[in-house]
Amino acid sequence: MTDSGPEPDEDATLEDLMAGFRRTSGGATARFGAAQAAIIRDLVGQVVELIGGDALEDGPPDAGTLDDGAAGPDDLAAMIGLTEDAELPSDPVLARLLPDAYRDDPEASGEFRRYTEQGLRSGKAAAARTVLATLPPKGGRVRLSRPEAQAWLRALNDVRLALGTRLEVADDFDQQVARMSPDDPRAAYVGVYQWLAFLQETLVLALSR
Amino acid sequence: MGVAPVEVERPDTTQETVLDLPWVTIVWNDPINLMSYVTYVFQTVFGYAKPKAEKLMLDVHHKGKAVVSSGAREAMERDAETLHGYGLWATISHDS
Repeated sequence: MTDSGPEPDEDATLEDLMAGFRRTSGGATARFGAAQAAIIRDLVGQVVELIGGDALEDGPPDAGTLDDGAAGPDDLAAMIGLTEDAELPSDPVLARLLPDAYRDDPEASGEFRRYTEQGLRSGKAAAARTVLATLPPKGGRVRLSRPEAQAWLRALNDVRLALGTRLEVADDFDQQVARMSPDDPRAAYVGVYQWLAFLQETLVLALSR
Repeated sequence: MGVAPVEVERPDTTQETVLDLPWVTIVWNDPINLMSYVTYVFQTVFGYAKPKAEKLMLDVHHKGKAVVSSGAREAMERDAETLHGYGLWATISHDS
């Protein structure tokens, strides 16, 4: 990640900023303006918050909660990777990010969730943290290794799942948008959602063999 | 069905079928995941060649779902867990 830090980017044209990702020998690269970087960082940060991770923490979530010698059963469960409250989340965004694994078997779904949900959450948080660590707050050229680019891909997808679920995206999304009133609070995010889809598409292309 | 020896010589297929009945991982269509991304995930997770990954993606898109892997229950749970990590809507069921 040594070469992905901020660098002077005054010469970036609008075309550069709208080009998305392209393939490099080691992974992928893209240029972001300050506003674009702020939007991505904000949304990725919201996803981290939603899934219960800490955007600034490097270790697994809750790793530092056992230092007072008063670890309860919940702490112990967290430490060995079990989820105590193993039910489909009521928030539709969380339910989409952490879905049931069995369609008509709540018991099997709960058991699956008990053993996998914490790992799923920390995997998503780790991908999100990769984005936050490699995208300078003020934008600029981002150069990603292949593993970093793969993390970006998953994190961008999680952001789109979250945003798309909030926007109630359906198969006829174009018609939904056409019917949407300008006063609709969702309208402001439609452009962001569509731009993120484009960005993700260019990253898939850059990584495809 | 009255001749017992004939019955005895037949292999016990019923029993074998029950034991071999595989579990499957199903991916469901959703309006958010990109078609190119879903294809990429099938290639990456299962090592499928692009034509097979694309065909599965199109099955998901047009038919609403597709069986993407089959085998032992534990293996299918691992597949579903991996696919959830990629944000695909995957479930496990007993093939029937």
